[in-house]
Amino acid sequence: MPTLTNLQTIEQLIREFIAVNLLYSTEGFAYADDVSFLREGIIDSLGVLELVAFVEKQFRVTVAQHEVTPDNFDSVAKLAGFVRSKLAAIKPQP
Amino acid sequence: MHFSKNALNLDPARETDRIVRFIQQNVRQTMKRHGGVVGISGGIDSAVVLALSVRAFVSQKVVAVMLPDKDSDPISERLARELAAKFGVEPLLENITQALTGFDCYRRRDNAIRRVFPEFDDAKGCKAKIVLPPDLLEAGTLNFFSVTVVKPDGSEVNLPLGPREFLEIVAASNLKQRSRMSSLYYHAESRNYAVIGTANKNEHDQGFFVKYGDGGADIQPIAHLFKTQVYQLARHLGVPEGIQQRTPTTDTYSAPQDQQEFFYRLPFETLDLLWFALEHNVPPAAAAAVMGLTEIQVQRAFDDITRKHRTTEYLRLLPPVLPAAEPVSAT
Repeated sequence: MPTLTNLQTIEQLIREFIAVNLLYSTEGFAYADDVSFLREGIIDSLGVLELVAFVEKQFRVTVAQHEVTPDNFDSVAKLAGFVRSKLAAIKPQP
Repeated sequence: MHFSKNALNLDPARETDRIVRFIQQNVRQTMKRHGGVVGISGGIDSAVVLALSVRAFVSQKVVAVMLPDKDSDPISERLARELAAKFGVEPLLENITQALTGFDCYRRRDNAIRRVFPEFDDAKGCKAKIVLPPDLLEAGTLNFFSVTVVKPDGSEVNLPLGPREFLEIVAASNLKQRSRMSSLYYHAESRNYAVIGTANKNEHDQGFFVKYGDGGADIQPIAHLFKTQVYQLARHLGVPEGIQQRTPTTDTYSAPQDQQEFFYRLPFETLDLLWFALEHNVPPAAAAAVMGLTEIQVQRAFDDITRKHRTTEYLRLLPPVLPAAEPVSAT
């Protein structure tokens, strides 16, 4: 399971998932981390469902409907930031 | 351009004549068909198309077909009969429930729903529909489908949908539109008539139709009209008041569902004007001032309209055909 200190892992996992499952690419994710998924046409309504399912399964967090916004889901960087905030919220207290 | 809330106003008499000529020229002269077949649902679009078809062909050369299934609201048939009577067409009734049962539509759909809500049982009165979040302008949420189950006691529960369940529910439900298309083509081909489509601009351009389902027709005479413009023609053509006042529904899922909650996420009066503004490069700030919205709300609507058009382009594409290879020279 990715840790909060391993920043690269979350972005990598997201990029790999999108490249394989949404772009059907064998050459990896060809966009910068701040590129808008919506503007580039990378995700549609099915893609949103798949991204949410991926985030929940991969990072073991629950995504509420009101959290499915462009601010949280519209780029690798934004999604990674959203995942980190969810993980931080469930981090066990010392 | 000057943008106002009157931007979509039509001259309904002139537009009616233009559409009637379009139907006549294409169906008679180009397609060499003698009349038209219209699937009438009790909704505003098919009502307007029936009225236009009667003007194009005379009522004796128009066939109106009602195509309910067991999930259809009974009011749909009542309104469709009233419509047909108004325009002097004897309606045909083709109940597609048995055809859909043969396709295993209901079992496939309900099995997918049960993976999300195991207690779902339509035999006990459970109903369901899939919906989008209602807060497009307020929160800018993405198009993220969920399922609403209506329990036998009338209470509702809304649950998130996984991608597999979403695809299976939609694919099973799309059998309805494709079954209707098949029946309409039977009636058309047996008479050498054309199937007259009922898609409006909102449905055609935003992808709110089933490929080769309700999107399958020989001509689409109102696909250039915004929904609010369809209502303008309806008033001019004398469509029954009950149909004009009825909230547009999908009449597809077992639970009652309007088109706004299923797909458009905005009232048509708002969507159509904002879409017109987008198409005519009206800046968001200017559109916001006219519509009484904030600029960010207008931008959210613009983005949603653009996304839906782009992501549904495949629905409007004809199947690609590979050009013939260059001939090989004889040696």
